[in-house]
Amino acid sequence: MKFLVFVEQREGKVRKASLEAVGLAAKLAGGPVATVIAGSGIGDAARELGKSGAATVYVADSPALALYSNRGYVGALDAAREKESPDAVLIAATAMGKDLAPRFAAKNDSGVLSDVMDLRVEDGRLVGVRPVYSGKARATVDCGSSKLQIATPRPNVFPAARNDAAPEPKIVPIDAGSLEIRAKVLAVEASGGKELDVTEADIVVSGGRGIKGPENWPIIRELVEALGEGAALGASRAVVDAGWIDHQYQVGQTGKVVSPTLYLAIGISGAIQHLAGMGTSKVIVAINKDPEAPIFHVATYGVVTDLFPFVPEFTKAVRALKSE
Amino acid sequence: MKSVVCVAYVPDTETKIRVAADGKSIDESGVKWIVSPYDEYALEEAIKTKETAGGTVTVVSLGPERNKTGLRECLARGADDAIWIDETGQPDLDAFGVAKNLAEVIREGAYDLAWFGQKGVGGDESVVGAMVAELVGLPHVANIVHFSLAEGKLTCDREIEGAHERVESPLPCVLTAQKGLNEPRYASLKGIMAAKKKTIVERPAQASEPKCRVRALELPPPPKPCHFVPGGDPKTSADGASADPAGAARELARLLREEAKVI
Repeated sequence: MKFLVFVEQREGKVRKASLEAVGLAAKLAGGPVATVIAGSGIGDAARELGKSGAATVYVADSPALALYSNRGYVGALDAAREKESPDAVLIAATAMGKDLAPRFAAKNDSGVLSDVMDLRVEDGRLVGVRPVYSGKARATVDCGSSKLQIATPRPNVFPAARNDAAPEPKIVPIDAGSLEIRAKVLAVEASGGKELDVTEADIVVSGGRGIKGPENWPIIRELVEALGEGAALGASRAVVDAGWIDHQYQVGQTGKVVSPTLYLAIGISGAIQHLAGMGTSKVIVAINKDPEAPIFHVATYGVVTDLFPFVPEFTKAVRALKSE
Repeated sequence: MKSVVCVAYVPDTETKIRVAADGKSIDESGVKWIVSPYDEYALEEAIKTKETAGGTVTVVSLGPERNKTGLRECLARGADDAIWIDETGQPDLDAFGVAKNLAEVIREGAYDLAWFGQKGVGGDESVVGAMVAELVGLPHVANIVHFSLAEGKLTCDREIEGAHERVESPLPCVLTAQKGLNEPRYASLKGIMAAKKKTIVERPAQASEPKCRVRALELPPPPKPCHFVPGGDPKTSADGASADPAGAARELARLLREEAKVI
């Protein structure tokens, strides 16, 4: 089965979720695969992709593609599709991937297996497993009558591959810079500094109503910091709705869906809509003073405690372990 | 400004999901249906636009007869008229099939703005809005948390990982609404009365071979029981162990490193 993987970059930096998608395609294909990358001044990023499982990199490098536009990037992906004639296309289910995959699919008279947590090939067709009803159920889906088989793998679920000894990939320039862009990105404004987004973090530490007020975020943030670079801050809907923190931190059905290696729910009771956003995390820790809180039903480890004496002690314990 | 809002009518987010006898869909008995929450943000923004810039708001929904109840709710909140696309006899419509049917309505109506929620709660695919835009040949901006209109152009902020993209687009355009865009209003009693007199135009759904097919629907396996670390706070500790937050903290950290191997 022939794969083409869309690789997302921002400011020349390739997104981890895209490398996971390349790794997944290479695993399903049984060897390196074709990829496509769009942007401006992205030659170095393109060459690096060989180490992650790319045999070929179609490169749409143009000042017109410096900022994302769905028209321009779908154009680049489609130009690569025309040259490569793949059976299947993978696009990581990031904000960008979710924006361009359905557009690209409709253009190619095809559907999308959205946000898959598992993907396999059966009789030459992709079969995926995806959460539905916010993770309350799982659907096994296939590409039906789609001409092109398109799937968007969920970030943080599949491993990325890395082989520093891999040969440089074949670089094929493609032209996609001449499309008229109607919906144009004027600017990208980082919200809340350079913090890691919850959807990309290996460890998510979320605070809920139990933290009692926005003045207590530092207790949670210190733990995030102690856990290191791959950790990010999250929040429950209750505290977002109360205005204690911005919506971009919200984990849950009306917020972000995350699958980190470790999820810590601090002072979060675990309403069904929160569980929907983090239920697929690999290890879940619940810290709550109510032993009946539903969060303990999904937790791997639990501590029934007031969070105020406990969390600073836990931060200290994590720091001690890390410095060993 | 002529706006159309496409709404999905979905199981309430608090619904306990059970799998139906066919093993591919949900058991609908006892399910309470609601307008998909993201579609409420879309509707609110369309109504606000009508209030400031004038024009009309049409709501469209594809589904069985019950979707008319959802449309009636939207009319009560301030939409002017509604179109119900009756899916009876077309049970196989997937997201692409829904998009194809909605695209036809949007093409015919020549709307300036076509609104969607960023996803329909339940299917959670996040694909219909952008598919419709491609099928009709319109630009689209997805996942927006801010919207403004000036001099025949729109400007939106779209939420991405850790940042917002400010996007400008000419009209007509397809937009998908994210939480944070606005606070949806409730229907007033006056609105509910007025909605009874508004029309819901009915049309049959057109067939479309499914591009994606559900083979099976399953509930996730039940989680393993929680491993409680003893020694929490004395006032709240359920296990009766003596309070030792520092000891419990060290034990939790040890388990995460040595047993779970995640830190």
